[in-house]
Amino acid sequence: MKLYIDLFLTFVRIGVFTFGGGWAMLALIEREVVERHSWIERSDFLDLLAMAQSMPGILAVNISTVIGDRLAGVRGSVVAALGTILPSFIIILLIAMFLTPDVIKNNETLTAIFRGIRPAVVALIVAPVLTTARSAGITWRTVIIPVAVATLIYSGMPVVSNPIVYIALGAAGGYICYTHSMPTREDGTR
Amino acid sequence: MNVYLKLIWAYLKIGLFGFGGGYAMLSLIQSEVVGRGWITGTMFTDIVAISQMTPGPIGINSATYIGYVIAGGVWGSVVATLAVVLPPFVLVLLASRYIGHHQDSAFIRGAFTGLRPVVVGLIASAALLLINSENFGYEPGERCITVAIAVVSFVAVYFIKVHPIAVIVLAGFAGWLLF
Repeated sequence: MKLYIDLFLTFVRIGVFTFGGGWAMLALIEREVVERHSWIERSDFLDLLAMAQSMPGILAVNISTVIGDRLAGVRGSVVAALGTILPSFIIILLIAMFLTPDVIKNNETLTAIFRGIRPAVVALIVAPVLTTARSAGITWRTVIIPVAVATLIYSGMPVVSNPIVYIALGAAGGYICYTHSMPTREDGTR
Repeated sequence: MNVYLKLIWAYLKIGLFGFGGGYAMLSLIQSEVVGRGWITGTMFTDIVAISQMTPGPIGINSATYIGYVIAGGVWGSVVATLAVVLPPFVLVLLASRYIGHHQDSAFIRGAFTGLRPVVVGLIASAALLLINSENFGYEPGERCITVAIAVVSFVAVYFIKVHPIAVIVLAGFAGWLLF
């Protein structure tokens, strides 16, 4: 029982103190799980992280699920995942209850503040386009893929504007290219 | 269809296909939620802003907020939030128990190589869809100000590496002064 409570509180703390999710959360998770509680060895943590990253969904929830499972089975994973979710759930629920779109619209100060914030949000999303393009190694030859994906989704046409189409195509295409063009050796190296 | 079932279906899809992190997920949320007219474009932008300023991942934050708005209550939040985490939760458990450390397999490595350029396109589509009059204003005078805020914010976050929360706070302050 104590382990469950420890797990829950640890992941609640991680949930409370990380803004922006994902990568920001990882450093804190590593500190709590590897250093503070010594629940998992660092090398094990990196393996679990690689696994959590290869799954869809929210990285912070995935990593807490797998750590909870490692420590206390399915119940541990439920406890850890709920702990991670709970703080943001409560905060956003309160915001949804009190800061409704009507409240923003009917309050002059809030309207002005949000009119300033909205264009900044667009800039915050343009920036990771460039950073991910660089880290994905996009060249003048491969830039056609993101450009086509973005244009087709933007077009709003039926079927082709659904992002799921490109996620499925990208995964399938990558798999086919990889297995056909670069035979891997037994040990997984090229 | 019942509003709860619609919410569950939309968020199960967002959870199941949400590869590439929060920003890439925005494109899925847009197509499932804004595309259906459940919320307006401005509301979506505001949710992204609120998400950046509060703890927790955008996937959870958007599910909680939109669930509440669509179903008109707490149960909408609960249902949408659980739906978005359920598919990955099950997959992660299965993978950690039955696949173990085979994440180096050709399947996963190949799939991710193919997904990388797609993720760039997904984030770009989310950004493109937000460049509209709802976010930048309808009158030329307002547009000059909002475009200036966007350009300055971009330079701040991309080149000077200012923290996103600071950028949002400053932009909100600029809005308060200028509008």
